[in-house]
Amino acid sequence: MPDKNHPMLELRGVSKTFNPGTPNEKLALDGIDLTLKSGDFATIVGSNGAGKSTLFNAIGGSFLVDSGSVWLDGEDITYEKEYRRSRSIGRLFQDPMRGTAPHMTIEENLTLVYMHASKGGGIFGRVSRKDREMFREKLALLGMGLEDRMKQPVGLLSGGQRQALTLMMATLITPKLLLLDEHTAALDPATAEKVLELTREIVSERSITCLMITHNMHSALVLGNRTLMMDGGRIVLDVADEERESLTVDDLLERFRAGAGKQLDNDRILLS
Amino acid sequence: MLFITQTALELGFMYAMVSMALFLSYRVLDIADLTTDGSFVLGAAVSVTLAAAGHPFLALLAALLAGACAGFVTAFLQTKLGVPSILAGIITNTGLYTANLMAMGWKSNASLLKQDTIFTLFKATGIGGDWYELILSGVIALLAAAAMVFFLNTRLGLSIRATGDNRDMVRASSINPNLTVSVGLCVANAFTALAGAVVAQSQKSADINGGTGIVVVGLACLIIGETIVGRGGMTRGMIAVIAGSIIYRFIYAVALKTKIVPIDCLKALTALIVALAIAAPTIKNWVALQRRKGVERRSRNA
Repeated sequence: MPDKNHPMLELRGVSKTFNPGTPNEKLALDGIDLTLKSGDFATIVGSNGAGKSTLFNAIGGSFLVDSGSVWLDGEDITYEKEYRRSRSIGRLFQDPMRGTAPHMTIEENLTLVYMHASKGGGIFGRVSRKDREMFREKLALLGMGLEDRMKQPVGLLSGGQRQALTLMMATLITPKLLLLDEHTAALDPATAEKVLELTREIVSERSITCLMITHNMHSALVLGNRTLMMDGGRIVLDVADEERESLTVDDLLERFRAGAGKQLDNDRILLS
Repeated sequence: MLFITQTALELGFMYAMVSMALFLSYRVLDIADLTTDGSFVLGAAVSVTLAAAGHPFLALLAALLAGACAGFVTAFLQTKLGVPSILAGIITNTGLYTANLMAMGWKSNASLLKQDTIFTLFKATGIGGDWYELILSGVIALLAAAAMVFFLNTRLGLSIRATGDNRDMVRASSINPNLTVSVGLCVANAFTALAGAVVAQSQKSADINGGTGIVVVGLACLIIGETIVGRGGMTRGMIAVIAGSIIYRFIYAVALKTKIVPIDCLKALTALIVALAIAAPTIKNWVALQRRKGVERRSRNA
């Protein structure tokens, strides 16, 4: 078991301004300090433009932050390139099309991700029968019948199937950190529920340190062990464990108002 | 007729390697690589020069390497220096003109007289009789196709394919897209140069302008092949480029022999084929839209 108090992710005074010096200048992250312990599963809610996705981009390395530093598992990754960070950070986006290559088969997608993450076989390595068996078993766990469609291009799958596959690919080799950016928001309610259930299973089973952006206030309180609320590039509320268990959605909105000094304003927010 | 078929098959196999290269750069990586014309001549120049020095086999290897270097320059321009991909190819292509002249000893063409080529050496073994040239070029093309299919299913090959398919996914999978683009372009231009090298040895000469328009011809072969064989996996892609290349050379040979189409017009015809084939989806949409409008107009008038 990983040490529960070991800090897995640390952000120290992270700031980012977009379009500095222009009329469109926007302070997207305003001195964020955040520590996630190993095995923490935190949900993030916030208004439109609060900086939730920007926070993920800063952690994932889509851009370099203006100031502050990002630490992963005791290592300073502030200047690490995006593709290098993704060796230990798994990431899912709202758009189910982003995580998989549509013209490649399910098996090829899995092979690619697996061989890169495991560094197996060298650059000329090819998929082995044993790998294929392992893929089949893992696909069966998704309960979507994908294990019998391994030779089909991923482009033929539905959004929910693609997202479930992406989740499986991102966790094929257990990542140090998993970033979920509203990964069920583009799915129909039943599929979204299914993918969320899979997420819960995988994350808790392997105690993956995880950050999840959601616009569903209920999920935000029920999933994981910690809830963060963001506004104007800052974290305005951070509740965990026992304190969080006693909270209702109404309490959460009230606390947000107290912390941010305004109503939570998100046109997609779901209160139930 | 037999002669036409034989020529078409020989040239088809040899030039198929250009289409294989374009399959990799254009289809798989989704980059229009205009280095192609220059690397074809580069392969030919290196091949003839080394064959003239008595190393016909080494010539092929050297051509492969030289092609890969040309591809690397184009890749470097676009991945590291931010030059748009089409312009990067044109720049390298322009620079290659000088490199190619240099490779031929600062002459605009070079020929082999009595020196051995892979073809004369193979003929000497007696295999295949009069068909020796066809057999050798066929074997080379099939080996190249097999190597390409094998490569595209390795970890590196899969990464290159994913780069052309979904770049977001590639970055999220700890693959460096700059690296995959570079390797892809190196391999593609190595194949183009190999085609140039084999063609030059079979014709016993290399010409500085021998590669003009080869990229469009290669694309035409790719498109013709895909129309007939269909699109799908990597193996099917390789079958398509070989089939397309042979069909193109057959049409070319028939036109040359019968003079139905003046030979000087063939390049224009080729360009037209490629333009129409690439424009096909847009044209289809336009036609569908016009039809819908027509139907609506008629129903309003009725």
